[in-house]
Amino acid sequence: MPEPTFDPAKTKLALDLKHTSPLLACRFDPSGRFVFATAQDHNIVRWELSNQKKTVLEGHRSWGRGLAFQADAKKLLSADYTGKVNVWQTDADEPKPEQTIDAHVGWCRAVVMAPDGRSFATCGNDRLVKIWSFPQCRLVRTLEGHTSHVYNVAFHPDGKQLASGDLHGNIKHWDLEKGAQARTMDATVLHRYDPTFRADLGGVRGMTFNAAGTLLACSGITNVTNAFAGIGNPAVVLFNWEKGAQQTILRPLPVFQGTGWGVQFHPDGKILGAAGGSGGVLLTWRAETANAAHSLTLPSNARDLHLHPEGRRIAIPFFDSALRVYELSA
Amino acid sequence: MKKFLGCGSAEHSLSRRQFLTGAAAGSASLIGFKDMLSPANAAALRRQDKRVLVIFLAGGASQLETWDPKPGAATGGPFQSIPTRVPGTRISELLPHTANQAHRLAIVRGVNTNENNHGTGAIIMQTGRRPSPVDKFPHLGSVVAKFMAPENSPLPGYIHVTPRGDSSFNRGDAGFLGPRYASVTLGDGNPPANLFRPATLTEAADAQRIELRDQLNSRFAQTRRSADTEAYTNSFAQAQEVMQRNRLFDLSQEPAYLHHRYGQHDFGRHCMLARRMLEGGVPFVKVTHSNYDTHFENFDFHIEQLGEFDRTFATLLDDLDQRGMLQSTLVVVMSEFGRTPTINRNMGRDHWGTAWSVAMAGCGIVPGSCVGRTNDAGTAVVDRMVNGGHLFHTYFKALGLDPTRSHSVEGRPVPMADPAASAIDEILA
Repeated sequence: MPEPTFDPAKTKLALDLKHTSPLLACRFDPSGRFVFATAQDHNIVRWELSNQKKTVLEGHRSWGRGLAFQADAKKLLSADYTGKVNVWQTDADEPKPEQTIDAHVGWCRAVVMAPDGRSFATCGNDRLVKIWSFPQCRLVRTLEGHTSHVYNVAFHPDGKQLASGDLHGNIKHWDLEKGAQARTMDATVLHRYDPTFRADLGGVRGMTFNAAGTLLACSGITNVTNAFAGIGNPAVVLFNWEKGAQQTILRPLPVFQGTGWGVQFHPDGKILGAAGGSGGVLLTWRAETANAAHSLTLPSNARDLHLHPEGRRIAIPFFDSALRVYELSA
Repeated sequence: MKKFLGCGSAEHSLSRRQFLTGAAAGSASLIGFKDMLSPANAAALRRQDKRVLVIFLAGGASQLETWDPKPGAATGGPFQSIPTRVPGTRISELLPHTANQAHRLAIVRGVNTNENNHGTGAIIMQTGRRPSPVDKFPHLGSVVAKFMAPENSPLPGYIHVTPRGDSSFNRGDAGFLGPRYASVTLGDGNPPANLFRPATLTEAADAQRIELRDQLNSRFAQTRRSADTEAYTNSFAQAQEVMQRNRLFDLSQEPAYLHHRYGQHDFGRHCMLARRMLEGGVPFVKVTHSNYDTHFENFDFHIEQLGEFDRTFATLLDDLDQRGMLQSTLVVVMSEFGRTPTINRNMGRDHWGTAWSVAMAGCGIVPGSCVGRTNDAGTAVVDRMVNGGHLFHTYFKALGLDPTRSHSVEGRPVPMADPAASAIDEILA
């Protein structure tokens, strides 16, 4: 099958899936059969794409933005703001948590499965990154070094390296074979300490590698001029992974106010970003160009973004309680 | 009236001289003023050695993330509630140290000030009244300064420790009481300019200088004594007293363990300073913690701000108690309003004066009490609704002041607290 490609100008709404509470994050399962979203009612919602059948997964007691899958075992891992990670059967008729892990003290902000499916990583407000075995779900290693809440974590495609990003925009590269920090990278453009507000603002809200492992993308908010109202612009800091250096800072065009909540690499080389703030917008960049090549206005504040395994659809969870699936056409 | 513009210029900075009680220049505006408490009563109140500490969570702290959590409700947000030392009373998980102090607190969950404007909300909470076109009501701090400041104290009666900015003298806060009872702001907790003896002036040289001035004063007074020269001499004497109390500002006097417990941040330092001020004879101190105006990312910001507040506040209550001061110190935690139960599209909460909470502790307060109730979503008060007037009646009664009595403003009686309201007797000891 040829690599999919798409023309961002032809992006169109394919499915408008409704929930009853604002949504926070989403992921397609590796089979491409389902799309899952986390919601402010503490539940996870599963929709079957072929018939839009909706199933509510009850088992968390707080919000969460972490969703990950183990494809072979058909398991879903979900992280919440009580610090727990639940393990579910992805395709169960009535999914129940099969296992619950006390992963972090305070919010567990992200969970991600290793490429080989034999371990997973979590991160949280306790400033820690943790590596767990799967399916045993035993703590293998704790990675210390962040000095603020750890917002995101991503496995390199080789499975031997891990990236984590925190509130202050510090990116850490962990060598998993040595169990140690290899280097740090600077995405502090995604952070600001507001001296009037007297608080930190920003953080790495979205984080992902490209399939080749040559690029790391970190999304968030930059140029914050008003911390009270969150006036700033979404941005994606694109790192050359080999060099460990910033390659480009991707920005919206036209100017948009909000936070870049999700970022994804498309197989054809383009980079997709979803932002929410003064409404919502879907941005498409070419990796070598800082300004967005295309901007699609969305019906509500976008809060995440995930690419279907086949590369022809994306899912976006919204503040207006809908999860919308968009068709990417050539 | 001259307005403090906070521009940071030398004109607005506070000197040691201004710091002296009463900013005597303002006393002219008191002509015709006479309060209706008898001098004997006022003296009795002063002897009781009561004081007030207000922690002002600027911008409007969320009641749902503090005193009135609604976990599981659509409006509840991501946080859980936790039990406290008072059976049946739960507060936000963001306040674990405060939960351990709940046996000292009175939580008022039915506050409805019906005001969503920062400025007006702050006025209501600090004067107990809505702004009036006729009377400029004094801040609680000014009333306390008037009735509870020790006689002849060289220190101001109303000190406001702010997170930043310069020191200043805020005449407007005293309203019709006159600038003698105005607040003195200590920006970032810094002492007034020139409070400390310059390093270039030795203690011995300073003593010689004072002695020489006293000699010259005495000689001058033998032949040309007047009210003006007496005032001049008194002002120097007061200045010396203030300088002798400069230890109040010197936090290095506090043990390391206490610094650690209060927290190695500005709010911890400011609260420790507040305790020293209260201990040193200042009857009213307000400490502002900033900022809670979380229209954006309410939950992340409350983790950050309350992470500072929680442990420091709990330490402060413990410290006051261990020093035997809590029973005579009314502690109030307030904002200008609460925040909307509805979570906005940017995961923020907006201004909400309709159903929110205030917490108190210490002097005259029933410890471990909780009064008022909001509905399941936290959108409305369903039991024991109170406003700023009720709170002021409560503060005054807790301090032993009669809120039904009146100030006399140029011969016209003005009730000390809103006569349409009354005290929250359920939380008064």
